[in-house]
Parts: sequence; structure tokens; C-alpha cells
Amino acid sequence: MAAPDGRRVRPYLATRGRTRPVQDIAIEALVSTTKDGRTNGSDPEPERERILRLCHSPRSVAEVAAIVSMPLGVARVLVADLETEGLVRVADPHAAFAGSEEPARNLSVLERVRDGLRRL
Amino acid sequence: MAFVDSEVSGGTQADQDALSVKIVVAGGFGVGKTTFVGAVSEIEPLRTEALMTEASTSVDDLSMLPDKRTTTVAMDFGRITLADDLVLYLFGTPGQNRFWFMWDDITRGAIGAVVLVDTRRLADCFGAIDYVEQRGIPFVVALNAFNGIQEHDVEDVRDALQVGPEVPFVVTDARDRESVKVVLVTLVEHAMSLIQQT
Ligand SMILES: Nc1nc2c(ncn2[C@@H]2O[C@H](COP(=O)(O)OP(=O)(O)OP(=O)(O)O)[C@@H](O)[C@H]2O)c(=O)[nH]1
Ligand SMILES: [Mg+2]
Repeated sequence: MAAPDGRRVRPYLATRGRTRPVQDIAIEALVSTTKDGRTNGSDPEPERERILRLCHSPRSVAEVAAIVSMPLGVARVLVADLETEGLVRVADPHAAFAGSEEPARNLSVLERVRDGLRRL
Repeated sequence: MAFVDSEVSGGTQADQDALSVKIVVAGGFGVGKTTFVGAVSEIEPLRTEALMTEASTSVDDLSMLPDKRTTTVAMDFGRITLADDLVLYLFGTPGQNRFWFMWDDITRGAIGAVVLVDTRRLADCFGAIDYVEQRGIPFVVALNAFNGIQEHDVEDVRDALQVGPEVPFVVTDARDRESVKVVLVTLVEHAMSLIQQT
């Protein structure tokens, strides 16, 4: 795969500036394309471009992997790279609750889930 | 923690990310996991694959696999948007229970698990029950009524599975949306009661 300047890049191995291990991104973490990601023009790498388009409405990492047809581990790396570059935001439920209880152990979250299920 | 604060006060900042939570649907091969997910999901269940080699260090029986490089493990999942800012994902575990590394990914941070059981093949769910019990994951047992199991059989199944009286058992039809909703609500309420006890 070639970058715009003709330099060869290894899309799945980039690790620059990452703040946490890629495997720590929850499979249900929601990925959404940022303003920069929307206005940046199309990405030279087709998989990245597809993720940026897909996540105009937020999608979980698992959905990204399934819809773009790539293994979960690859999706995680691409999403982490796009996040590092400011092109997507990753709303990780575990990170959001870091230092306090997990959302799954938060009574008000569980109440909302229960009520939402009943309303379906 | 801005998110938690506004969650508690019911804040509705426009630019706020939604919260996503998940429930695991576990059980043996062909027990109805994908059917269960599909009955309530707003999307056709999607399939995600993980490469076996990604986690080869945590899998001890790799040598038994025909081709370690190409083996993939699949899981099905569905999505339910419960509110503008709240999404529930349902993840079905791989049918082959020995792919435990995938289970770690699926269960981390989950509200809990529905263990689906076919009463004609009880032993198929032992692995799933052991897994969630050992990790303290809240779970309910849902007996999938392939052959019309009766409510009065439930306690016999509980005995056979050696699951304690605190674990809810429900009879379900994985094809039926209302029935699946009842199972999910039972699980969430069980998870709530476990928190309230501590
Ligand atoms: N009669 C009846 N059939 C069911 C029920 N649930 C599932 N089935 C059928 O059982 C078969 C297996 O269901 P799946 O949902 O694919 O099972 P699964 O657990 O996802 O299977 P694997 O992913 O292969 O382990 C399908 O043909 C379903 O239509 C049920 O509640 N009643
Ligand atoms: Mg299935």
C-alpha cells in the first residue's frame, strides 16, 4: 500500500503516540468521526476511508470490524490510529468511568437499560 | 468526570458521546444464541471475527488446530438503541466454547450474561456456566423451549446444573421478541440486586 508521496506504509503496524494498548479498546466502544475526520478529504487508505464514512453516525468497534470486513484486532489498530490523528473519537465506556464504578455496575445506568428494554 | 455527572443529573449536552453497554449471550453450539440476538436487535445480527493468532498465547490447545495461521473465531452481535444517548449491544459467544480468549474480550465490562440452555443437551452449557461463575459475572439461565419444557421442570434443571438458588431461571423461546425481552430484563434486574446487596 502506498502513501500519497509514494512511500510505502504498513497500515496495521503504526503505533505513534498511542496512549493505551490497542487491545484495551472495548468491543462496544463507540467510534464517531470528528469534524476533522469529515472535512479532511478522502483518506488514501480505503479501509480508513470506509471507517471515517461509516462512523458519521457512531458505531461500535465490533460494528466497524463486521461492516468493513476485517478482524477485530485490525479494526482496533486502525481505530486507534484514527483517534491518535484526531479523525475519530472513541467513547470507551470503561474509560469514561475510570476511577469510579464501571457503567455495568452503576445502578442508574442499569435502571435506564431496564426501562429502555421494557419500552421496546 | 463530566459524563458521569451529567448522567446522574440527566444532562443533555448536544455534543456528548452516547454510552454503550453490553450483555453476553452464551451457551453451547446451536442452542439459539444468534436467534436470541436477532429477535431483539434493530439490525440483522452482524458477525465479527478475531484471528486465532492474535491471542495464541492464551490458548493452550493451538497445536490441535489444523491451521493455526488462518483459524478465525466468529461471534454474532446485535444492537438496541435504548435512548439517544444509550446503546445496548448483545454479543453471542463463539459456538465452540474452547475459544476462551474471545470470551474475555466479550465479557469485560458486561452487564451480565444470559446462558442459553437446551434441556436435551444440558452438558453443552457447563463450560459457559463455569466461566461466568468463576469470574463473578452476573448471569441468568434461559431454558430455550425447543420441545416445550414446562415451568415445573425448571428446578430439576437447576439441580442438574448445580446452580445456586440466587440465579434466576427462565423458560424462553429465542425466536420470540417479547420472550427475549423478559429474559434481558430479568438479567438486568438480577445485576441490580447484586449491586444493592453489596
Ligand atoms: N423450535 C425452536 N427452534 C429454535 C429456537 N431457537 C433457535 N432455534 C433454531 O435452532 C437452530 C440454531 O439456532 P442458532 O440461533 O443458529 O444457534 P446458535 O447458538 O447461534 O448456534 P452456533 O452459533 O452455531 O453455536 C436454528 O435453526 C434456529 O432456527 C427455539 O427457541 N425454538
Ligand atoms: Mg450463532
